[in-house]
Amino acid sequence: MSSNTDLLKLIFGRLSLDSIPYHEPILIVTFIGVAFGGLVVLGGITYFGKWGYLWREWVTSVDHKKIGIMYMILGVIMLLRGFADALMMRAQQAMAFGGNEGFLPPHHYDQIFTAHGVIMIFFVAMPFVTGLMNFVVPLQIGARDVSFPFLNNFSFWMTTAGAVVIMISLFIGEFARTGWLAYPPVSDIIHSPGVGVDYYIWGLQIAGLGTLLSGVNLIATIVKMRAPGMSMMKMPVFSWTALCTNILIVASFPVLTAVLALLTLDRYVGTHFFTNDMGGNVMMYVNLIWIWGHPEVYILILPCFGIFSEVVSTFCRKRLFGYSSMVYATVVITILSYLVWLHHFFTMGSGASVNAFFGITTMIISIPTGAKMFNWLFTMYKGRIRFDVPMLWTVGFMLTFVIGGMTGVLLAVPPADFVLHNSLFLIAHFHNVIIGGVVFGVFAGINFWFPKAFGFKLDPFWGKMSFWFWFIGFYFAFMPLYVLGLMGVTRRLNHFDDPSLHIWFIIAAFGAVLIAVGIGSFLMQLFVSIKNREKLRDVTGDPWDARTLEWSTSSPPPEYNFAFTPVVYDHDAWWDMKQRGFTRPTEGFKPIHMPKSTGAGAILAGLAIVFGFAMIWYIWWLAIVAFVAMVAVAIGHSFNYDRDFHIPKEQVVKTEDARTRLLAKKA
Amino acid sequence: MATQSAVNNTETPVFLAKEEPHAPSSTMLGFWIYLMSDCLIFAVLFATHGVLGRNYAGGPGPQDLFDLPLVAVNTSMLLFSSITYGFAMLAMDKNNLRGTLGWLAVTGLFGVAFVGLELYEFAHLIAEGAGPQRSGFLTSFFTLVGTHGLHVTCGIIWLITLMVQVGKYGLGEANKRRLMCLSLFWHFLDVIWIGVFSFVYLMGVLG
Amino acid sequence: MIGAFGAQCDCCCFVCKWSRPETDQKIKRMSLKLSRGLLIAPLMLLLTGCNLVVMQPSGDVAMQQRDLILISTVLMLLIIIPVMALTVFFAWKYRQSNKDAEYDPEWHHSTKLEVIIWSAPLLIIIALGALTWVSTHKLDPYRPLDRIDAQRPIAADVKPLTVEVVSLNWKWLFIYPEQGIATVNELAAPVDVPINFKITSDSIMNSFYIPALAGQIYSMAGMETKLHAVINKEGVYKGFSANYSGDGFSDMHFKFHGLSQADFDQWVAKVKADGATELGRSEYLDLAKPSTAVPVEYYNSVDPELYHAILNRCVEAGTMCMDEMMMMDHMRDKKGGKSHDEHAELFPSLERSEVGICSVEGYSPASASEKEMPAAKL
Repeated sequence: MSSNTDLLKLIFGRLSLDSIPYHEPILIVTFIGVAFGGLVVLGGITYFGKWGYLWREWVTSVDHKKIGIMYMILGVIMLLRGFADALMMRAQQAMAFGGNEGFLPPHHYDQIFTAHGVIMIFFVAMPFVTGLMNFVVPLQIGARDVSFPFLNNFSFWMTTAGAVVIMISLFIGEFARTGWLAYPPVSDIIHSPGVGVDYYIWGLQIAGLGTLLSGVNLIATIVKMRAPGMSMMKMPVFSWTALCTNILIVASFPVLTAVLALLTLDRYVGTHFFTNDMGGNVMMYVNLIWIWGHPEVYILILPCFGIFSEVVSTFCRKRLFGYSSMVYATVVITILSYLVWLHHFFTMGSGASVNAFFGITTMIISIPTGAKMFNWLFTMYKGRIRFDVPMLWTVGFMLTFVIGGMTGVLLAVPPADFVLHNSLFLIAHFHNVIIGGVVFGVFAGINFWFPKAFGFKLDPFWGKMSFWFWFIGFYFAFMPLYVLGLMGVTRRLNHFDDPSLHIWFIIAAFGAVLIAVGIGSFLMQLFVSIKNREKLRDVTGDPWDARTLEWSTSSPPPEYNFAFTPVVYDHDAWWDMKQRGFTRPTEGFKPIHMPKSTGAGAILAGLAIVFGFAMIWYIWWLAIVAFVAMVAVAIGHSFNYDRDFHIPKEQVVKTEDARTRLLAKKA
Repeated sequence: MATQSAVNNTETPVFLAKEEPHAPSSTMLGFWIYLMSDCLIFAVLFATHGVLGRNYAGGPGPQDLFDLPLVAVNTSMLLFSSITYGFAMLAMDKNNLRGTLGWLAVTGLFGVAFVGLELYEFAHLIAEGAGPQRSGFLTSFFTLVGTHGLHVTCGIIWLITLMVQVGKYGLGEANKRRLMCLSLFWHFLDVIWIGVFSFVYLMGVLG
Repeated sequence: MIGAFGAQCDCCCFVCKWSRPETDQKIKRMSLKLSRGLLIAPLMLLLTGCNLVVMQPSGDVAMQQRDLILISTVLMLLIIIPVMALTVFFAWKYRQSNKDAEYDPEWHHSTKLEVIIWSAPLLIIIALGALTWVSTHKLDPYRPLDRIDAQRPIAADVKPLTVEVVSLNWKWLFIYPEQGIATVNELAAPVDVPINFKITSDSIMNSFYIPALAGQIYSMAGMETKLHAVINKEGVYKGFSANYSGDGFSDMHFKFHGLSQADFDQWVAKVKADGATELGRSEYLDLAKPSTAVPVEYYNSVDPELYHAILNRCVEAGTMCMDEMMMMDHMRDKKGGKSHDEHAELFPSLERSEVGICSVEGYSPASASEKEMPAAKL
């Protein structure tokens, strides 16, 4: 009997049938839903015989545009998961008053708020901004692809693998119950002996590697592959923000990797980095994780600042006001974002001078941010503003973000933070900047660049519905949290005694429902647009009469992006070309040098999932096998020297002639 | 920027490159950026050692544990390996295939010797009861030095792979680029080790 | 929108008399000037709508923090409101359909404007930064109080009350060393007497927070944080952990009683009378076991060494206290270790495979032998 259990332990590690949460009705229903949906999708792919197409054209593709689109799809799927968590939290807090314990006991509720934070930051916001940068940056700087196309594919699949690991925790075992940053001692092996924190660690490590490599890739791309004539100060603002963002990624994600690795050692090996005893130091974790964590929020917001800059000047039909001050502001924010991490824990009891220093550096960031705000404002001044959907999101952002900025600076005043720290006021603040800044920015970006990616615009009616529901829903959902924060209500509470708080939670839950309608409208917008794609079709490649290079090529762009590499004279290069009578050439095409597709990235990421899963469940043999397999595949891939090819001239001619005909027909 | 468009308004300038511009290889830059990110991981580990390095939890400290002569030998192994890697690169520049492979092999042997000595040191410490679970100091010591050792091990595996590739495909452009990358990596590890030697071993024992 | 929320709020549990901030003269003058001048009326309406304890605290420290929030907000509104107004105005005025509005597609630079848009936020941040520097030092929780409230400085003969706070999973332990009592999940203090909190944690990090009294501060195992505060009004206030700490976190709250001196003395007597047992090491270890929604408990006396032992993580018999351990480590650094050869004799206990703190007891290097062995003290 005992040897039997030993054998099972050897084979399955900690995994057993009890690990499947079949006693949780919510999870079972979710699982059935996911399984059913998955079967429908898989069945559909099989029925229509699309497996080969998917593998050849998408999974193994090294085309930055396709990878960008896949990032966006990942973001949308994970948004649904993360938002489902948010709805459950809002429902729980709106219900659990007085004697009512709500429908989520602490051990489930605590997993939900942890998962919500982790998923929204790592697997919604990050894929969204990375996807947009991936899609847009090479087009915007006049390049054919990124510097390391295979690495790009690998990065995407690693990010997805991380998301898969996190999603597995929903149905096998549990997720962390620690809050999204997993502070020890709550996350140490004594207080969290289960698999939850291990899911957290391995999910983030796998995805983090992808993020880091994509950061390296985009920096190299922007530095090395700009079109002739495009000096740094002629680079579009979105590319500038992308550059700064990726510098932030490369300079901060290693810290996350390191700190999670140390936590892993504490949990798996019994070392004493963050233990209470034996010379460990818990607060070192808090410091280190925020040294990554604060730049992370700028990683999310900077590209969105870039999106707003592009949208504002396009839809105001006007040059961006103060281009250079925009660039300098971005650079200053990039640097300062490393000098503020301590403001996340003023209440640790550092000395007054330390606290004041970090408070003031935090406030200083609001100066370049304020300058940016004014730049957008004065771009609107004397413009001709078209209120298409991207512009609506932008104005919504300008109105909302300043409120979040203000409460942020307020929280940067240490004595004020002492009374507001960890309260719902804080929650309201960062949702105010993340929804008002990042989410609005991403939606503006999606609506703006969708026609570039697919050749037809998104339906404006459902786009406006989505905007207004998000916008109003945001205020309903989060303004009450500001009030609750001032009523001294702290975050992550499972139930409440004080009935006077109740009404505010109900308003907040109502706001969450409005946002849900906003998300529904967005899905509807996609659906309707695909259905009416012929009506929404744009053959010009430049549906908004826009300004930067990505609009100079066809929509969707050919795999080689540009038949001829453009030469740049101005930071609004395409606008400049249009102003000065540029005509599209119809002959003289040449073969184009391009990278080849490869399946190595997807295979490595698949093995990473197996490896992560085996580590989480202590299935050591499987972990070793998966790890060795990863090394073998990586080495095997390095023996492939045949990584690029030339698109023959005939094919280029064929593609370009087709476009010539389309344009002629339109004219 | 604005003036330029005004000046050139009279004629339409060349907006498309007739010749495909030769994109300089981004590999060295990209690899260098990656190394800097790796450097940050070491920075975190050094910082951690700075915080925990004096927390002996009542147990042994560096003066009790470190065998400086052994570490000095170890250091010289790594320094020699850097020099021999340099010779391999010189041979590569002259397109001397056998020389390159030979020096790479010597480099690899030095690397193996380094890792072997380090493993010996670790085994000795653990046998004495001064393993990574003993105290904050030993935790951070083992992790910092061990991470470096792990990097060297990866470097050796990479080196062997490259030797096979160079042997099989010769000193083509791609292989030269790869050798350059490994060279950067190898010297980078050397620099990190000098930091480890000075801050962890020397300052531990003397300071 | 905010105003609308305030209006429909049905939680006016306190008839809110908007008490004038009783602050020192400088801040008072500033806030008077600013609050009169600006669009603060809707904000005020909201604030009076319900029990915004952070905005209507009863302790002098929290009151000053409240004032700071108001002043900073007003300062920032100076720039936020114009920006929001201009956004709406420009969006409306320069809409595409308004052909009367000026259109200048090339206008993209104005040195004068650029100077303004960088210097306006800069000026506000300079003001706010100065305020931050001063107030952070003045309201440093480690700094002993110099006043009872805006009008009254601390009398020379006032002896502050010391309370040692320990966060446990998941309840609060309060030790009154001077009174020799301890309570669980109930705290009391006399009005207008400075309180010196010494705060630590048994294992998990929490945050000790009584919004009506003063700002919060973390409680961390093996570390001591401090908080100086005073309560100015009698009453019962909420206190809780403001940092998530696991399963029982939501029920980790307590009542804080602000009492008159006489009532406080009576309360102490009651704790002594009702408290069934002494709080010694074994009782503490029992108490420290995880439990949720713990009712109020009293202890009629306390082991005077207990708090020190909790802080230094040596309540359990046979564990070495952290301060002793650190002293040993420090001595080890100062004197230098032994050479490698002597190693084996030096660490007899280390030869064993499982090395725990306890095994160090058998270890007595020259450096440590000069002082008492910690184990002897236990």
